[in-house]
Amino acid sequence: MFHTPNLKEHDHANELSVITRILCAIAIGTLSLSLIIMLIVTDNPSSVLPALVQQQLTQSGVQNPVTAVLLNFRSYDTLLEIGVLLIVAVAMLPNSNFISNINSDMPGNNPSSGRLVSVVTNAQVNPTLEAVLRWLVPMIVVMAGYMLWTGAALPGGAFQSGALLAGAGVLVQLSGRLQFCFTSTIAKLLATIGLIAFMVVAVGVAPTTGVILQYPTELAGPLILLIEIAATLSIATILLLLYNSLATQIPEMSPKPLASNKQPSASNKQPPAQE
Amino acid sequence: MSFSVFIDGCLVIGILTLACLCLATKHLFTAIVLFVSLGLMVAIAWVRLGAPDLAIAEAAIGAGLTGALLLATWRQLSTEPANNDADTANKSGDENVPHP
Repeated sequence: MFHTPNLKEHDHANELSVITRILCAIAIGTLSLSLIIMLIVTDNPSSVLPALVQQQLTQSGVQNPVTAVLLNFRSYDTLLEIGVLLIVAVAMLPNSNFISNINSDMPGNNPSSGRLVSVVTNAQVNPTLEAVLRWLVPMIVVMAGYMLWTGAALPGGAFQSGALLAGAGVLVQLSGRLQFCFTSTIAKLLATIGLIAFMVVAVGVAPTTGVILQYPTELAGPLILLIEIAATLSIATILLLLYNSLATQIPEMSPKPLASNKQPSASNKQPPAQE
Repeated sequence: MSFSVFIDGCLVIGILTLACLCLATKHLFTAIVLFVSLGLMVAIAWVRLGAPDLAIAEAAIGAGLTGALLLATWRQLSTEPANNDADTANKSGDENVPHP
């Protein structure tokens, strides 16, 4: 069903003749140069916007102008961004329910157990890595929470915090002790909760203010925090799902598991045959 | 004043050099490592430009997570020709396990 692209760089380099490549370089160079010149020559038309944002900042519910723009003044863009992320997650989801490449020789792990996190009981874990992770992962989680909270006043916010959480998840998965299953109900809920919360808030404020996504001034701060918490969970889940689905073994490449189509039993049988 | 100009000049030269090397290199793994280092340099550049929000996002997503995603993809790409050549497809997959 899925095609993995076969990447060979030298073939692509030899496809084009020298003249074509020189012409391409001239065309791209001219375009880039003219863009740079236009950027230098043109007056900066957006110079009124920072002053405008600063002027309206008291109504936004937060003190950080970036967060105010992202989640209040131009929150429609952020809503669509989270929607795009969710579409990417849906596109990558079919890959992620196969056994992870790292843990493929571990018998007893069941990818369809229906739980988000399952412990791999007989994992061969690097003790140094695990000891470091025991300290590092809680610290990253606390840091992500701080990043989320401080986004109201200082640099930070949902995307940064979600990326930190996803990084912690990647480290945990690399250690091999825990395994994530993104086809479970909790994972699906976590991946969609950002968009759901955002849309509920967007529609929910419409009766009071008359316009979708225009928060009432006194409730703007708590509503933005609510959206950011939900968005952080979703972003972390989706980014981790992307890594998880890329780090898994694709069974279409291997004929035997595709024919039998029973991943746990197939992986249980094969390692003894190899060793 | 002159020190900040020196730092900015080093950043500009470093970013441009890393970008050119990243595009010009023949090996995918080298290109990925160069791309991650380019992301970190760009993050410092965002700090110098006074945009710490973007710097945090660039360092976390652009350098960290994208690097992890690219390396995972690279591993799939590098195991795939072995799968096609040999009939025992899982052998190459299992050989990969102890090394990383």
